[in-house]
Amino acid sequence: TMTERKESKRRKESSAHTPAERRTLRVKMVLLGSSGVGKSSLAFRFSKEEFSSTVPTVGCAYMTHLVCLHDATLRFEIWDTAGQEKYHSVTPLYYRGAQAALVVYDITKRESFMRAQLWLRELERQYVPGETVVALVGNKGDLSDLRQVMLQEGQTLAENKGLLFTETSAKSGSKVSELLMTIAHRIRQSTTPESTLEEWKDSCVDLHSPETQRKQGTCCMAELH
Amino acid sequence: MAADVHNKKVAWETQNGSLAPVGKLRAERSDSPTPGLVEGTEPGAGQDDAMFVHTRSFEDLTADGEEGEDTDPSGPASGLGTPLGDREQPEAEPVGPEEEQAPEAPAGGRAEEEDVTSEAWRGRRKHVFVLSEAGKPIYSRYGTEEALSSTMGVMMALVSFVEAGKNVIRSIHADGYKVVFLRKSPLVLVGVAHTRQSERELTRELLYIYYQIVSLLTLTQLNHIFQRKQNYDLRRLLAGSEHLTDNLLKLLDRDPGLLLCAVSCLPLPSSTRDVISSSLQAAKSKSLVFSILLAGNQLVTLVRKKDQYLHHMDLHLLFNLVGSSSSFREGEGWTPICLPKFNTAGFFHAHISYLEPASDLCLILVSTDREDFFNLSDCKQRFLERLRRRSAYPALQEATRSPSYPVSQVGIPELRHFVYKSKSSGLYTSPELPAPYQTEEEQERLMGLYQYLHSRVHHTTRPLRSIYHCGERENLLAWVTSGFELYLCFSPLGTKAQAVMAINKLLKWIRKEEDRLFILSPQTY
Repeated sequence: TMTERKESKRRKESSAHTPAERRTLRVKMVLLGSSGVGKSSLAFRFSKEEFSSTVPTVGCAYMTHLVCLHDATLRFEIWDTAGQEKYHSVTPLYYRGAQAALVVYDITKRESFMRAQLWLRELERQYVPGETVVALVGNKGDLSDLRQVMLQEGQTLAENKGLLFTETSAKSGSKVSELLMTIAHRIRQSTTPESTLEEWKDSCVDLHSPETQRKQGTCCMAELH
Repeated sequence: MAADVHNKKVAWETQNGSLAPVGKLRAERSDSPTPGLVEGTEPGAGQDDAMFVHTRSFEDLTADGEEGEDTDPSGPASGLGTPLGDREQPEAEPVGPEEEQAPEAPAGGRAEEEDVTSEAWRGRRKHVFVLSEAGKPIYSRYGTEEALSSTMGVMMALVSFVEAGKNVIRSIHADGYKVVFLRKSPLVLVGVAHTRQSERELTRELLYIYYQIVSLLTLTQLNHIFQRKQNYDLRRLLAGSEHLTDNLLKLLDRDPGLLLCAVSCLPLPSSTRDVISSSLQAAKSKSLVFSILLAGNQLVTLVRKKDQYLHHMDLHLLFNLVGSSSSFREGEGWTPICLPKFNTAGFFHAHISYLEPASDLCLILVSTDREDFFNLSDCKQRFLERLRRRSAYPALQEATRSPSYPVSQVGIPELRHFVYKSKSSGLYTSPELPAPYQTEEEQERLMGLYQYLHSRVHHTTRPLRSIYHCGERENLLAWVTSGFELYLCFSPLGTKAQAVMAINKLLKWIRKEEDRLFILSPQTY
């Protein structure tokens, strides 16, 4: 995408000048929740300013998105999982080792809120509290006329468990980029100074190395997607 | 199974040493005045090894469907054993949150369900129902399953009643309708059709649907579930996949490849195809079993692990998966998938991604290791890099802009359309549909005629070598030899003599164009 391209260019320039200051850190983020709550549409919104309604995700979709903070660039590696039950047995593959998890429900479907609580319990079994940034997300905020889950309920649940909380609309784009920025800042805070995040190796381009030609080729390739 | 594969002493060197096409041989083939009618010399026959599991004919395919192939450990696939590592036993019990609720309505599901008491519902050409042995509805092509639970109960009662007399119900013929039953424990599939298809072909279509379900769950898991709970509601596990089955049924009505057990290739200069194949061949990884490049519903190339063959049915299931899901358009897809003709017991893991978001070119990398995502992602990058370096990419993109050819290229004025299948390569070629057949109804009508001819030439007790069929709107001719199957559609004003003459001319044309229309030198890693 355009922004990604610009950002990658900017990242490249800055890393060429002051490679130590401008780091790109890898953040593994997973989206969990029932089928049809809008996980894929949210993931799509993160990278493009567009809405697309999708057919149910098969297995899992992987995409990356760069977020620039004042002192670092975060490379979000997003695992958008399928909500369908038949894929649940493979889902732990995707949330294992994730630095961020979004548990998504549909505010117009109470059942998806119940299921979100099951996902939270599942995550609690896997994670030491505080190590992973978990956000509870009530999606389809544009359909508040059909609301079955009150804003207060989501808020209370998140407060009790110490999670981030927001209501979004992947359709209108409301609160989506704010959500991502909040997560980015939270991750940055929780990981400095002794970073637990892995640096993204490809970002350290040394313009003087003979490898550079090749690397640039790779970069153009990446822009294709 | 991952371990199983790697312990097999597989030479990773390219099988043929050189990837350059055997130019001399090709020249000889093209010059040959009479295209071979015998298997292996027919136009489109591969030069080396075939790409696919060798299903010699339609008979082979249906036969193994009717016998208990699930328990048969032999066959070319057996070397790989179960594609599931022992650490990866299929889990009937989902690891994710448990719940005992009814399946939710899937997002993006069918827009609205039909009223099953309406005339429109009754008037459908072909219904397909899937139920469990306890008589619980699992799938209906039209209308909701809930509304049909009593109908499905009756179906199961019929099956059980006949079985109680130590017999098997296969079909009911009444009032122009065929009701076909396929019992594949733990599922029962029922088709109700008023088409001209034979009972056998309808059964084969049901078999496709059965394999579609197995590809999502594995037979092992399916058996396990029903052993534990006989009246389990399988819709819970199939939720969100109904569109795959819907789409497969559409393909069965429209795509000659599924009828002929064959795959069509994107027409491409052989030099370009060779570069693509070798680039794909070079981008290998330990866990890779198949690398498949598709352009829409056509094959660009397929590279396989030595000694491992893909079955057409499995490839068609992959085509269907890619064709009916938009989720691979954004980012990279990673999904467990069972290839049931390869092995019904375990999952492969497929990395599925488009070369570009707006392109029709989709790469499927089939791996045995569910943790190998990043390796395969890297394989894709290496493939793309190589493709660009050798500048084959523009030629490939150019070819996807005209994925077919007009029948006029052949130069036979009366000829409207044809389907030619080379039996030894399992590949077919067919021109784009011309004017009267461009609407969906007309397309299905033409396919219906081909299906009718196909069922006549492959009749169980009275098979035919050729058949000429005069209709009001077109004349058709089918001809089958040990090397190929050919179906031709002519204008209704043409004569039989003209049609017979056309065969020779067409075969010569296909021979001349075979480099472009077929994959003559399939590759292994």
